[in-house]
Amino acid sequence: MTGPHKTLAACAAVVSLALLGACGEKPQTNAQGVKHDTAPWQGTASADGQTGKAFSASGWQPGDKASWEAELKTRTQNGQNEYNRIR
Amino acid sequence: MARMKFVCDAERCIECNGCVTACKNEHEVPWGVNRRRVVTLNDGVPGEKSISVACMHCSDAPCMAVCPVQCFYRTEEGVVLHDKDVCIGCGYCSYACPFGAPQFPTQGTFGARGKMDKCTFCAGGPEASGSAAEFEKYGRNRLAEGKLPACAEMCSTKALLAGDGDVVADIFRTRVLHRGKGAEVWGWGTAYGSQQAGQPQAGENGVKR
Repeated sequence: MTGPHKTLAACAAVVSLALLGACGEKPQTNAQGVKHDTAPWQGTASADGQTGKAFSASGWQPGDKASWEAELKTRTQNGQNEYNRIR
Repeated sequence: MARMKFVCDAERCIECNGCVTACKNEHEVPWGVNRRRVVTLNDGVPGEKSISVACMHCSDAPCMAVCPVQCFYRTEEGVVLHDKDVCIGCGYCSYACPFGAPQFPTQGTFGARGKMDKCTFCAGGPEASGSAAEFEKYGRNRLAEGKLPACAEMCSTKALLAGDGDVVADIFRTRVLHRGKGAEVWGWGTAYGSQQAGQPQAGENGVKR
């Protein structure tokens, strides 16, 4: 093997080693990503092993966003605004 | 719906720590972890003021900005939550948070591998709402039960308000307009008697001293 061929072969070996080295890296990215929550207005009764409606407030329908929002607003006013009850 | 927010009225907070107890009880938070605490300024000096502090669920949350593994997410209701399966417990969020909200338990239910723990606005975490797995890592999910955070609902003087930001702001505005100061304050006349509040003072009209 001549001089230039030796240099080329050495370069190819170095490049392929570098490439293979990269292949050995374990992915450290957050591949699955952050799990996202289900919307609270879906309630707690959509799967097995959950608390179901046992602890839910009674004034709304799970799955109905508008009724959930209305329930929270009513609850805030009734529970936290005493000027609604006593003036 | 606007964003979910906490407001603490320093004029009403009596430093009873009922909010802290309610939080600990509701979520079974272990000893040494304080998702919520009461801070008192000028403690012991007349005119001292107390305020109940926890995660404020910032609209532009610094914890979210600095987290190297991006474990934080914001719900549609503006609640800042995090995924403990992604959190590496580095503590960066603790430095970034101006309220000292992130907690780093070393043992107990929330302490597996030193994951960060903080107030969830009683909205649980990414696990199924109301599931045992969610409760073990994040505590109760009261929002999914159509309820508000336990701390605010348990507050005896209603100093701590929680809920839809617009509604809470309305309640607070009404309160500030109505309560006035000194003898104008609601309940003052009942407690002490007050001419200003239209009631006889002690010693007048046969009222016992």
